[in-house]
Amino acid sequence: MIKTHALTKKFGEMKALDDINLHVRSGEVTVIMGGSGSGKTTLLRLLAGLETPSSGSIFFADEDLAKVSRKRLYELRLKVGMLFQYSALLNSLTVYENVAFPLNEHTDLDKDVIHTIVTMKLEQVGLRGFEQMMPSQLSGGMAKRVAFARALAMDPQVVYFDEPTSGLDPISAGVISSLIHETTVKTRMTSVVVTHDVKAGLDIADHVILLWQGKVIAEGKPGTIKNSDDPRVQQFIEGRPNGPIPFSRSTTAYVDDLTHVNDLTHKPGCVRLEE
Amino acid sequence: MITAIGQLGRTVITGIEKLGDATLFALDTLRLLFAPPWQGKHFVMQIYAVGVGSLIIIIITGAFTGMVLSLQGYHMLVKVGTEALLGPAVALSLIRELGPVLAALMFVGRAGSSITAEIGIMRVTEQMDALEMMAVNSQARVMLTRVIACAVSLPLLVAIFDVVGLFAGYVIGVDMLGVNSGVYIGETVDKITLSDIEAGLVKSLYFGLLVGVITTYMGQRATATTEGVAKATTQAVMLCSVMVLILDYIITSFYL
Repeated sequence: MIKTHALTKKFGEMKALDDINLHVRSGEVTVIMGGSGSGKTTLLRLLAGLETPSSGSIFFADEDLAKVSRKRLYELRLKVGMLFQYSALLNSLTVYENVAFPLNEHTDLDKDVIHTIVTMKLEQVGLRGFEQMMPSQLSGGMAKRVAFARALAMDPQVVYFDEPTSGLDPISAGVISSLIHETTVKTRMTSVVVTHDVKAGLDIADHVILLWQGKVIAEGKPGTIKNSDDPRVQQFIEGRPNGPIPFSRSTTAYVDDLTHVNDLTHKPGCVRLEE
Repeated sequence: MITAIGQLGRTVITGIEKLGDATLFALDTLRLLFAPPWQGKHFVMQIYAVGVGSLIIIIITGAFTGMVLSLQGYHMLVKVGTEALLGPAVALSLIRELGPVLAALMFVGRAGSSITAEIGIMRVTEQMDALEMMAVNSQARVMLTRVIACAVSLPLLVAIFDVVGLFAGYVIGVDMLGVNSGVYIGETVDKITLSDIEAGLVKSLYFGLLVGVITTYMGQRATATTEGVAKATTQAVMLCSVMVLILDYIITSFYL
């Protein structure tokens, strides 16, 4: 469904993504995991066509997103839904109007039909009866569920999820995770989930891609990832502070900064106690 | 010394870069007016939001401007015995200068600031991206509609400002200060020409476009953080106010 080839994205001099080759298979839940700053949100935005790559290509059903016209990009986006990290509901519209928004924009459907679709989508996320509320009156979890309903409104072939469970209580997070899994299975859509929530990610994934510093360090079925003997993968999955992935981003030695001496014999980074 | 000159140079270059960027942004946005999808009712909704929303403040400002012009003008004119010219004095100042400028400044404070803040917040909360992902051209839907709404609303608001100001000036001049009603109105109608009204309207149209472009541009280019939006809003209001006054001088010099 979606492929990237030698995808690279730079912000100024910094390489956010470096030579990414991935393949998102149709009808599966692909989970992209990685720590903060690993480039996973950038990758999702590139797949969605919200950013343009510095080099390389992104194929959405055999069309290169970097080369298609703006008009064609909008046409392709009709097949795509996206759930944003902070829901991104339109503030000036009610819950009902938000879910109905894509339908009103792009279809000539009758009001009654739209009403039926919106009611169905809201029932799917368990929020029927909240149609007239404003986004500002909703809790984070509810807003995300409304955004989910909106993303599904056009019955998309592909749905992108940006951190669907972050900032939610365990129950809401569980509900969202199972919604992603269920809808993917039931509607045979393709889901791409970006998350740093290891447990939720591994639970719902058919295919896992692990990013670190803009590169893919592991890829495969959740079971393969769990049993990977790459120390970086194990450190990430188990959330250990010590390992090949440094917690500290400092490039100078802690002891030097404290004592104001510039002695290059000390190791950079902060001091951590070994277990 | 050298650093000061260098700093000055950098500031000038950044300024020119921003000006170019803003011009391209404005052209790019206005171009969408002539391309589908048409924004139809969204223009109307924005005109309602920025225009009707600013109505009360415009009426209050207009009334008090007309009143103070009449009061102040009377006390100056009466010293040279020409209080018969109070009507045209009030009307000319209002229609040519104070109407467009004061209405524009109030409009900047009321509608302009909210445009920058709204667009900035829409970016912070990913609503712009959400529109794009729902295959809605955010530049046409959000930017263009607001620029056009400003350009349409401000001339109308200025017209209302003028009418309210003229009426308030009349009430103070005639009913309170005792200038003859016939003389007041007669002199006003006699001295005001169509070109005065045209000057006022042309000004307000340009001011409207200017406010629309600057406020949407500042919102679009604001750093997508809370403080970035706050800073952009302040800058937009300041820049609009100063630019309105500068543009006012330039247009006035063409309409003398």
